[in-house]
Amino acid sequence: MATPLNLKELSKQEVRFTAGHRMCAGCAAPIVVKMVLLAACDYSVVVASSTGCLEVSSCISTYTAWKVPWIHNAFENAAATLSGVETMYKALKKRGKIDKDIKFIAICGDGGTYDIGFQSLSGAMERGHDMLYICYDNGAYMNTGIQRSSATPTFADTTTCPAGAVIPGKPQQRKDLTRIMAAHGLPYVAQASPSHWPDLMKKVRKAIEIQGPKFINIFTPCNRGWRSRNDDAILLSRLAVETCFWPLYEVEDGVTRITVKPKDKKPLIEFLKAQGRFKHLFEPGKEKMIEHLQEMIDKNWESLLKEEEMTLPKEEGNK
Amino acid sequence: MTKVVAVTGNEAVANAFRQIEPDVCAAYPITPQTELMQRFAAFVSNGQVRTEMILVESEHSALSACVGAAAAGGRVATATSSQGLALMWEILFIASGLRLPIVMPVVNRALSAPINIHCDHSDAMGARDSGWIQLWSENAQEAYDNTIQAFRIAEDMNIRLPVMICYDGFIISHSIERIEYLDDDVVKNFVGEYKPLYPLLDVENPKSYGPLILTDLYHEVRKAHSEVYKKVPKVVIEVAKEFEKISGRKYELFENYRLDDAEIGIVILNSAAGTTKDLIDEYRDRGVKVGLLKPRLYRPFPYEEVGNALKNLKVLCVLDRADAFGGSFGPLYLDIAASLCNFSQKPILINRIYGLGGRDFMPEHAAEVIEELKDIAKTGKITKLKEYIGVRE
Repeated sequence: MATPLNLKELSKQEVRFTAGHRMCAGCAAPIVVKMVLLAACDYSVVVASSTGCLEVSSCISTYTAWKVPWIHNAFENAAATLSGVETMYKALKKRGKIDKDIKFIAICGDGGTYDIGFQSLSGAMERGHDMLYICYDNGAYMNTGIQRSSATPTFADTTTCPAGAVIPGKPQQRKDLTRIMAAHGLPYVAQASPSHWPDLMKKVRKAIEIQGPKFINIFTPCNRGWRSRNDDAILLSRLAVETCFWPLYEVEDGVTRITVKPKDKKPLIEFLKAQGRFKHLFEPGKEKMIEHLQEMIDKNWESLLKEEEMTLPKEEGNK
Repeated sequence: MTKVVAVTGNEAVANAFRQIEPDVCAAYPITPQTELMQRFAAFVSNGQVRTEMILVESEHSALSACVGAAAAGGRVATATSSQGLALMWEILFIASGLRLPIVMPVVNRALSAPINIHCDHSDAMGARDSGWIQLWSENAQEAYDNTIQAFRIAEDMNIRLPVMICYDGFIISHSIERIEYLDDDVVKNFVGEYKPLYPLLDVENPKSYGPLILTDLYHEVRKAHSEVYKKVPKVVIEVAKEFEKISGRKYELFENYRLDDAEIGIVILNSAAGTTKDLIDEYRDRGVKVGLLKPRLYRPFPYEEVGNALKNLKVLCVLDRADAFGGSFGPLYLDIAASLCNFSQKPILINRIYGLGGRDFMPEHAAEVIEELKDIAKTGKITKLKEYIGVRE
């Protein structure tokens, strides 16, 4: 029987990502990893990670924080690597050399997913490997020192798009990778946030039980890169959801469901003001920039609501 | 019973793959390799093998998937050429650094720019120091035989390293030759069951692959890694001896062709060695003491053995089908020079670059080299240390 996703039962489960890893204090990534592995507690899993914070901090010399089989190949190829592991599993099963049921999970940062690893991810998803790809999205290349990625939010200050006199942080719009993965026609795509852990774990549980390629994008605050307090990872994740900066939704077989709808949608400014990377937006004369960001968020949220209305079966929508 | 057939080099190697039946093969099309994996894909589609194919979106992903599949714990192969090998470059070092016994035919082709689909050795030469074992093959028979032996070498418990089998694009890959196929069960028995080592799929005994190792231990890890290569020549010879028993065909670290009493020598790789041997026979008939050395195990390079085989020559030309740009010599020349440099008695050495981008290497080119070597042997004078031959003026 599946372990119920409640604290009482989950607290009895082994944590398969151990303490002693070298992630920064207050980093949300190990919290996300623990939640993912706990949600998958009923299964044997093999994990692949791309080069990045999580990778360099979790397996150093003769020490490893992974109590599950784990492989790191390079920066841009976790999806291709895991597709190789998964295919070998199929091959050995077919030949009767392995009888266990094993699930395959990639856990990679946004640089290794949105940017350099995008081709590898798209290819693996298109080929239909039975794997769950999880992106822990902290919105920049944090491991190399906070450089902009295509996941970096508009106007955020990073070390390669610093807020200056002429350029006000990242000029471009962030890539909406979750939509792009949904456009691959995958059986399951979702966005999650560690502030809403039952929702996150439910999504992981659901994804892992669906055959085929799945993608979950998980919001993962980085206090070093965002210049925020090192005890506010969960607070910021919650604000991201409540301001609709990071809507929690899933796309399952073409049906879009918003899984958490904020009762009172908070203004984006609440999310921005807690982070040093947006500090320059609060200087006098920059009000228009915050307005612009708010408009972008509103537009995306409206279109997501419309999409849900269009795709959700009537009986479910009427609930 | 061996079966004699007339097939292309690619078809012969695809047939070796069919007989070996790797657990997983990743493939991405690139000329002139494409035909090999196409033929193998047909074996998969027709149920003649149980191999799982991964039809990836790039060579980078082909090798990345092979790394994952090999770490998972089974037999893995892929194949490539030219730009594909160049795209794999990053992962070549990871495959060898993780000690994964992946087998990869490299159908030799020139590198861009200008883009060119025909044979030279620039691709595999660029990967010669990536930690892969390299076996070079003169003809389709050698490509087939080397492929079968490559799995044994790669998977040897003392070695566990990836292997490239190099053969010439189009000249060998697409030309039909007479081949002796071994029986399927003979090949299967020779290659044997795959023995996994620290498989990822052993979930009861979880292993972590691909750690970060910094200044405290990286140097030591690399030193330990370099020691493994010292064991390779012995294993290559042992495997060749066993292969001779099933095939009657003898393989060594390199081929020594009429070299023992020779005064004039040529070192050359792959298909052009065949043409050169014909010319050597003609010159021998005329009393010219000329011989040839054709490397087979090019990485790790058997410097001592090669040096000993060449040191008594008076004059030697190394023919490279790749240049090392930047005022250097061809890569093969550099290795031959290194293998001879510490002998007090050694031949005068020259380097000739031939056949780039599929330019034919004709008998007259071999004759031109032998004539030049004869002159140098007589006068002791070198006109040019390094020069291109077969250039259209």
